[in-house]
Amino acid sequence: MSEPLLALDNVSQLFRTRQGEVRAVDEVSLAIEPGQVVCLVGESGSGKTTSAKIAAGLRKPTSGAVRFGGQDIWHMDRNQFRAYRRAVQYIHQDPYASLNPIHTVLDTVATPLRHHGLVHGNAAALQRASELLVKVDLTPPENFLFKYPHQLSGGQRQRVSVARALTLNPQLIAADEATSMLDVSIRVSLLNMLKRLSTELGVGFLFITHDLAIAKYFAWSGHIAVMYLGRIVEYGPTPAIINAPRHPYTRALLSAIPEPDPDLTRQRDRLQLRGVDVASLLRVPSGCSFHPRCPLFEQSLCDRLRPDLAAIETRRAVACHVVAREQAERAQMVAS
Amino acid sequence: MEPILSVRDLCIEYHAAAGMVRAVDGASFDLHAGETIALIGESGSGKTTLGLGVLRLLPKSGRTPSGQILYRRRDGRVEDVLGLPNEEMRRFRWQECAMVFQAAQNALNPVARVWDQMLDTVRAHRPAPRDDVRERCERLLGMVQLEPRRVLHAFPHELSGGMRQRVLIAMSLLLDPQVLILDEPTTALDILTQRAIIEVLRSLRAELHFAMLFISHDLSLAAELADRVATMYAGKVVELGAVRELFYDPKHPYTLGLIKAVPPVAGDLFEISSIAGTPPSLLNLPPGCSFHPRCDYARERCAREVPPLYTVAPGHASACHYWSEVQLSRKVVARSE
Repeated sequence: MSEPLLALDNVSQLFRTRQGEVRAVDEVSLAIEPGQVVCLVGESGSGKTTSAKIAAGLRKPTSGAVRFGGQDIWHMDRNQFRAYRRAVQYIHQDPYASLNPIHTVLDTVATPLRHHGLVHGNAAALQRASELLVKVDLTPPENFLFKYPHQLSGGQRQRVSVARALTLNPQLIAADEATSMLDVSIRVSLLNMLKRLSTELGVGFLFITHDLAIAKYFAWSGHIAVMYLGRIVEYGPTPAIINAPRHPYTRALLSAIPEPDPDLTRQRDRLQLRGVDVASLLRVPSGCSFHPRCPLFEQSLCDRLRPDLAAIETRRAVACHVVAREQAERAQMVAS
Repeated sequence: MEPILSVRDLCIEYHAAAGMVRAVDGASFDLHAGETIALIGESGSGKTTLGLGVLRLLPKSGRTPSGQILYRRRDGRVEDVLGLPNEEMRRFRWQECAMVFQAAQNALNPVARVWDQMLDTVRAHRPAPRDDVRERCERLLGMVQLEPRRVLHAFPHELSGGMRQRVLIAMSLLLDPQVLILDEPTTALDILTQRAIIEVLRSLRAELHFAMLFISHDLSLAAELADRVATMYAGKVVELGAVRELFYDPKHPYTLGLIKAVPPVAGDLFEISSIAGTPPSLLNLPPGCSFHPRCDYARERCAREVPPLYTVAPGHASACHYWSEVQLSRKVVARSE
């Protein structure tokens, strides 16, 4: 295994709210290798966006460390930090809010180029901006360079955001539900473009989505981390997570998904949960936070002890007492 | 059997600053008692307008220049909703045909408790003893898997998105309508909450036997709940058929495109392809078939001749000149072991 490009090391994020303290991210560890695609999957409030913002250095975690090339980003000198900033880019969820409305597309794309001294002079900026627009399929670039965000459709705006993220030749892009606000056909063409960029340019992705179909498609050769109430509950290669999930939450999620296939979706066995409603982050249940809903719940184990994310196979980890025990028993049987 | 709701050549127009826009153009379909139809399509296809039009809830700029919405009452009388006097129309809404609006958080009054809103709804229609209303509320809330005691005394902000959506569904059924129209009932909800809503709708339908017309851009929801599916594009119903036929043997290139854009999560990895181009502006529709600039099957005739709804099989219609060539195939990128 190669050295991770970026690593979250036991990071937690506390938010103080009027109702009390909220632990939005709770001891999350995650490593991304160069060119690797990792999807963070979870429902709203699971901490996936906050984790991605921490990874991109947009938010300093309350505790834990973010390491880039082995170095803690919050203890870097100015030059090192600038290099990190160039290498890791972030694409926001909402293409309607993430572009400055009074900047043209050219301004938006050229600003980071100039700021980091990658181009000198207007002609060079124009030239480089045009190349980037071509990369994100905004062709011919002359039709877009001098437009303002309000003159563009949602899909086009999101492409401008991607072009801006590419300006500094990043090694990793954190993309937050980059496709969720768009109509299905636009969404797919954007997703295909991001996929192409990840192979062509060798950029790694930390991709955040609540849609497992999107995660499956985007990260088939990568990994998925499933989050629940601020913690990673399952991690593994995408095909394994999708087709052989182990954590009861992942299993519930996958069995609950409505599929765009009438026979498949009407005949599927559903994993019955004990409770419907997600616990509030203000009152996270004791022990395993999934225990009030979990079908595998065991009294005085799951409600007392918090399960660690433990490896069950190479590159595969699950945070569940019951799964871990079954795994240990199976290993013992094989051994004897 | 006679349909309960029969929409005939319905046209709906909006008068916008930039000109007149035809948001629904000659839509026709029949909804039978107890049946569920899904209207699918991307934003701007006219599906929400059609739903609002059936209840005559269009914004001020909206008009219905032509068409009929024939509704069959419980006593067998058939009347055109478009011709009902306003007072009758008020009765028609909720008592005959109720709607669950998109964005549940905005459809409830934020400063009134759920109980007061439910009581008001009933009393706006008929005098009713408090205890009877309470009993009906408790029964319906129980049916949507909510704790009546807790929810009735709650303000909307004290409930989660999924709970509010279930309150709205329970409320829509208060006056025992024959038809329920739902606009994007699960959009913006988490998967496990979506699943709960789907199961609630399924069990309510089995118990109360109402007909459903639901509007969604989400094909999965149609696959889950619909008996028949209508695809809308640029204001027109371009394909209509039984749910299995539409999903496994679509005969309109737009339906085909939608299906190929959203593969199932389980199993093999399919290639996902997008539909080329973007939806047209209703102010400036392409001539002929309005889908032709984005269509892989399009030929010269498509830019000239508006396709009628061809019957491609019994109960299956497609508005494509070349429907017989449309064939669903999916490319498998990787097999799941």
